[in-house]
Amino acid sequence: MGMFRFNRALARQVAGAALAVCGVAGFGSAGAQEQPIRIGAFLSVTGPAAFLGDPELKTLELYVDRINAEGGLLGRKLQLFSYDDAGDAEKARTFAKRLIEQDKVDVIVGGSTTGTTMAAMPLAEQSSTPFISLAGAVTIIEPVKKWVFKTPHTDRMACEKIFVDIKARNLSKVALISGSGGFDKSMRAECVKVAPKYGMDLVADETYGATDTDMTAQLTKIKGSGAQAVLNAGFGQGPAIVTRNYRQVGLALPLYQSHGVASREYIKLSGPAAEGVRLPAAALLVSDILPAEDAQKPVVVAYRKAYEDKFKSDVSTFGGHAYDGLMIAVNAIKAARSTDKARLRDAIEATKGYVGTGGVVNMSAADHMGLDLSAFRMLEVKDGNWSLVK
Amino acid sequence: MTSAWLQFIASGLTAGAIYALVALGFAIVFNASGAINFAQGEFVMVGGMSAVSFLAMGVPLPLAIALAVAASVVVALLIERVAVSPARNAGTVTLIIITIGVALFLRGLAQLVWGKGVFRLPGFSGEEPIAFFGATLLPQSLWVMGGAALAVLALGAFYGRTLAGKAMLATSYNKLAAQLVGINTRAVLFASFGLAAALGAIGGVLIAPIAFTSYDAGIMLGLKGFAAAMLGGLGSFAGAVLGGVVLGLLEGLGAGFVSSAYKDAIAFVVILAVLFFLPGGLLGARHSDRV
Repeated sequence: MGMFRFNRALARQVAGAALAVCGVAGFGSAGAQEQPIRIGAFLSVTGPAAFLGDPELKTLELYVDRINAEGGLLGRKLQLFSYDDAGDAEKARTFAKRLIEQDKVDVIVGGSTTGTTMAAMPLAEQSSTPFISLAGAVTIIEPVKKWVFKTPHTDRMACEKIFVDIKARNLSKVALISGSGGFDKSMRAECVKVAPKYGMDLVADETYGATDTDMTAQLTKIKGSGAQAVLNAGFGQGPAIVTRNYRQVGLALPLYQSHGVASREYIKLSGPAAEGVRLPAAALLVSDILPAEDAQKPVVVAYRKAYEDKFKSDVSTFGGHAYDGLMIAVNAIKAARSTDKARLRDAIEATKGYVGTGGVVNMSAADHMGLDLSAFRMLEVKDGNWSLVK
Repeated sequence: MTSAWLQFIASGLTAGAIYALVALGFAIVFNASGAINFAQGEFVMVGGMSAVSFLAMGVPLPLAIALAVAASVVVALLIERVAVSPARNAGTVTLIIITIGVALFLRGLAQLVWGKGVFRLPGFSGEEPIAFFGATLLPQSLWVMGGAALAVLALGAFYGRTLAGKAMLATSYNKLAAQLVGINTRAVLFASFGLAAALGAIGGVLIAPIAFTSYDAGIMLGLKGFAAAMLGGLGSFAGAVLGGVVLGLLEGLGAGFVSSAYKDAIAFVVILAVLFFLPGGLLGARHSDRV
C-alpha cells in the first residue's frame, strides 16, 4: 500500500512535470492539450430521491457531451466528475470532499435534495468552490452564502403564486391540507409563513399520513370550516386521493395543488375529479402550450426535445434544474474567460437575463437564485389536460 | 354534525372491510401452520397490480379481476411449495422469518415488473358519489363492503359445508388428531395459502379504485390486517372480521374527531393494547397459549 501510494505520488509528479513541459512547449498553440474544465456533481441517482438525481445526471452527461462536441469552452473540453450519494447526506459530504480535494473541480453543480446540499455547503464555503445546488429549500440561499447558488424555484414561491391567484379571485379564507412527507411539511410551513403577507386567513390546517388512502375525514372538517379555497401542499399519490375525495364529499371550492404534482400521472390518477384544479408549475412541463412570444419557449422546447430524443422518457423539471445549473456555470466561465474560482463566483453572481427552463434568472449579491414569481405558470386542468390560466 | 359522523363511519367501514379480508388471510394460514404469514399484504398488492395489468392488456374488467385473483393464488401456491413447505416442520419463528423474506422478495419483484409508479383501477360502477343524509359514499365503497361480506359468507359455507373445509378446520383444532383420521395436513397448508391469497387479492382488487395500488401498497395493508387479526383474536374467523371492522371504525372516527395525523398510529396502538390487556384478542381466547 505504502509502495503503491509512493508510486502514485511519483507518477503524479512525473505527470505534472510532463504537463508543465507540454504547457511550455505548447504555449501559444490552440489549447487542445490544455487541462479540461472540471465540473463536479454529487447527485441522488439511486435511492428514494432517484426521481430527482436520475434525470439530473442524464441531463448533465447529455449537455457536457454536446458542449464538447461543439468544441468545448475557452478552447478546453469539459470533464464531468459525478458521484451517486443515494440521497444520503453523509455520503454527499464525503463525495463533495472528494470532488474538491481529489478531483479538484472548478465548479460543483449538484445536490439533488436539500439534505445533501446542506451537508456539502460548508465544504464549498471553506474551500472557496462555486457550488450551484439543484435543491428546493429557501434555507440554501437564505441567508446568502458567498459560494452557494441554486437554480430551482422555492416552495415559498409556489405558496406566493397560489396566494396571488386566490387574491385575484377576491377570496381570503384558505384551508390548508398537507401530507407528512418532507416536501409537504416544508411547503406547509412556508405557506403559513407568507399567508399574512397576502392577506390570507388560514381557517383550517389538516394533515394526512404519507400512505393514507382516505382523506374524507379531513375534507369533511374543511367543509365545515368556512374556507373559500383549499390548498393541498403535497407530493406523490396523496394529492390525487385528496382530489378524488374532495369531489366525493361535495366540496365545490377552488382547489389548489402544489408544483410537486405537476405531472400527467396526477391527472391520470385523479380522473375527472381533477377538472378545475389549479397549480403552479414550471414552463418546461407545458412547453407545448406556451404562447410563441414566451421568452422561455425556445429554451424549454429545445431541452425537452434533446432529452426525450436521447432517453425516450418524459422530461421532468428536475432535469431542467440541472440544465440551468450547468448553463449558468458555462455562461459564467465564458464571461470570466477563466476558471479562476473567485472570478467564476463573481461571474455567476453577475448572471443577468439568463433564460432557462426554470425561468429568467437575474442574480445579485443579495439573491443567489434570481427567480421571481413569473418563473411559475398558473395551470388549470381542463378536459383532462393542462391549460394556462389567463 | 350527523352528516360528519356518517361520513367518518362510511370511510371507516370501507377500510374496515378490506382489513377484515386481510385479517382472514392471516387467520387461515395461522390455523394451518401456527405461523403468521407476513407476506399476506403482498398477496393483496399482487391482486391489485395484476388486475391493472390485465386491464391494460385489454381484458374486460370482470375477467381481469378473476385473472388477478387467480394470479395471486398461483403466486401464493408457488411460494408455499418452494419456500414454506420445505420448512413446515421447523419452528414457528423460522416460518415467520421465511414469510418476511417472501414479502421482501415479492415487493422487489413487483418493483421490477411494474416499476415504482402508482396505478388505479376504474370504479366498478362509475365514480359518481351517492349522497345519503348529508354524507357521501363512492359506489366503489358499496362494492368493497358487499364484496367483503360475500367473501366472508362464501368462506363460512366452505368451512361449514364442504369436506375440504371441515378437514382444514379439523387441522386447526388439532393437527395430530387430524392426521390420525387421515387428513393430509400438508395439503391443508397448501390450500390455506391459496385461500388466504384469494381473499387478499379480492381485497386488493376491490380497494384499488379508491386507494390506488403500487408495488409497496402491501406493507400498510398487511400491517393493518395483522392489527385487525390480533384485535379479533389470532386464528378466529369471526374475530378477524370483527377486528377489521372495529379497526376501520376506530381509524375513521379517530381521524375525524381527534387528528388525522395519528390515523396510522391507531393500528399500532391497538396492537400494543391487545398485547398488554387482552392477549387473546376479542374472540380468540382458545388460541391464547400460542400467542
